[in-house]
Amino acid sequence: MPAADRHSILAAPGLLLLVTFFVVPVGIVFDQGLFDPAFTTAHFERFLARGAYMAVFLNTLRVSVVVAMACLLIGYPVAYFIVRQPPRRRPVLMFLVLVPLWMSILVRTYAWMVVLGREGIVNGLLMTLGITDQPVKLLFTTGAVYVGMVQILLPIMIVTCYSAMTEIDQNLLRAARILGARSGQAFARVFLPLSLEGAVTGTLIVFILSMGFFITPALIGGRRDMMMANLISSQVSQTNWGFAAALAIILLLATVAVLVAARLLTRRLVYAAAKTDTP
Amino acid sequence: MTDSTEPSGARIRFHNVSKRYGDVAALADFDLEIGAGEFLTLLGPSGSGKTTALNILAGFTEASGGDVRIDGQSILSLPPEKRNVGMVFQSFALFPHMSVFENVAFPLKLRKTPKPVMRDKVAEALDMVRLGDYAGRRPSELSGGQQQRVALARAVVFQPAVLLMDESLSALDLKLREAMRLEIRHLHSRLGSTIVFVTHDQGEALTLSDRIAVMRDGRIAQIDTPDRVYDQPTTRFVAEFIGQTNLFDVTPADGGGVHVADLGVAIPAEGMNGAKAISLRPEKIRALANGSDAPDAGMVVFDGMVDEPLFLGETVQYSVNLPSGRTMQFRENRGEGRAPLRRNDRVRLAFRPHDAVPIVRD
Ligand SMILES: Nc1ncnc2c1ncn2[C@@H]1O[C@H](COP(=O)(O)OP(=O)(O)O)[C@@H](O)[C@H]1O
Ligand SMILES: [Mg+2]
Repeated sequence: MPAADRHSILAAPGLLLLVTFFVVPVGIVFDQGLFDPAFTTAHFERFLARGAYMAVFLNTLRVSVVVAMACLLIGYPVAYFIVRQPPRRRPVLMFLVLVPLWMSILVRTYAWMVVLGREGIVNGLLMTLGITDQPVKLLFTTGAVYVGMVQILLPIMIVTCYSAMTEIDQNLLRAARILGARSGQAFARVFLPLSLEGAVTGTLIVFILSMGFFITPALIGGRRDMMMANLISSQVSQTNWGFAAALAIILLLATVAVLVAARLLTRRLVYAAAKTDTP
Repeated sequence: MTDSTEPSGARIRFHNVSKRYGDVAALADFDLEIGAGEFLTLLGPSGSGKTTALNILAGFTEASGGDVRIDGQSILSLPPEKRNVGMVFQSFALFPHMSVFENVAFPLKLRKTPKPVMRDKVAEALDMVRLGDYAGRRPSELSGGQQQRVALARAVVFQPAVLLMDESLSALDLKLREAMRLEIRHLHSRLGSTIVFVTHDQGEALTLSDRIAVMRDGRIAQIDTPDRVYDQPTTRFVAEFIGQTNLFDVTPADGGGVHVADLGVAIPAEGMNGAKAISLRPEKIRALANGSDAPDAGMVVFDGMVDEPLFLGETVQYSVNLPSGRTMQFRENRGEGRAPLRRNDRVRLAFRPHDAVPIVRD
């Protein structure tokens, strides 16, 4: 048997898996969204016609962007801090970062209900300290959704940044210093550009996961915090299969579009960061 | 870089510097004076504290005690970027996201060198390492030897008074390493900077240095010119670490001099006072033709049996079993007008008494 044939046999199980669990379901979704039973754009027209649907879509985009940015702004410095620790302390800190990942999103969201509720920990504390005498509405707000999602997704951001940062040879920073860079300049001209790819990858992963978030906005958000996944779920429960499939297609295409745009932008960013004359 | 206004090398002084990591003394009572423009090598086995000494000089590691001065000024409170020191790292540490040009221009940009001057200086530095045509490449597009030369150009382009090199050649293959030795020597005479070179390779140390500081356990075991370190080691450690040698314990003999039990001979007094052992280099020992006497009456003669000839190219090295049961090495040029010795041949060996170097300490 020629080598190429043998290789294609080795690839068969993986290919089968991909077809069964990815190509076929996505195919079915596209089929349901676009054929009813003949080709139709009716479901998409319905989406565009009602402002409420568009509002959900825009809300999904906004929440995902804000959560991804917040995770970047918190996660990158945390990863940087951990990388700068002595080698023996780093695995311990990373372990602590990863612990929450072993709890299901549902459990963590319920935990936020306990923390943010009317009789929750935060309100208890605020009232004990006399900052307020009425419980503040924290639960079922947009803020709660942001806090919950950031907490849930932050470890992923930190891990991605951290692994990119550990790839950077520490001697590069030393070289920058001895060649005349102050520590801030060494960071801006050497560390930042070399860790940027990792930071962008982390931000995109968080963004993608946010776009599909379901439980958190449903449980701790208000009525206006509905996201695409919640809308799809409610359409499915009303057996509007075609419309639900169209919504899924829109979500998928929007996510892919953002990914492609971000990738193109990063190439320029990395290049520009290397060029800057003043940090 | 050759005009007369340029700053030349700086004097460096380590004054009783120590560095502890928990219970480990990476450096202890480290005292060293390096002259302006000198090429000094720190030579020692892995873990002897060479990198620690260099890192303290560069400002990457804080000393636990003592002082370091450059041209009389204490530098321990200065950050690395204020020390006017260039460094070539073992891993080269070229910035992967910058071109060769940008790498070499990096120290000049930070010094706010005007663009036209910067371009000239970078071009000159790259020409010096014969990489003028590679300015636009990325480091990843260069061979190991080329990366090494870019690192060198980057380290000297801002004319630092001191240049540090930590095992800078050990990532290269043998041939390249030998070619780079010549380039570095050449560079040194051209730049005039003081060079502190770190290596565990004695060959590198012997060919490059004005002086060698042999290090052991965070201290300097011996510091001297290459030929003196090779010819006159004062400790067992130095004798064994640099080149190959035969070490024999000795005891004081009647009438001065020492007795070498393993060889069954005595060596006359000259310079042997206080010797605990002698070091005999393999190339200082000669095999005598069958049954003949030593060519020169003063030579010390002893017998042995050839164990294993080792062909080394222009020389052959023989392992010889001594009557005491010990094995020693001697080396001779091939074709000395005598049939080569073979395994189990009896052989009569001789050396001049002054070629036996007295070892006074371990
Ligand atoms: N950061 C560190 N932490 C703990 N021990 C260290 C550290 N750096 C060096 N050492 C120890 O100090 C000693 C000297 O190390 P080093 O200067 O790197 O030696 P060399 O460069 O001669 O191989 C070694 O015993 C090494 O284990
Ligand atoms: Mg070292």
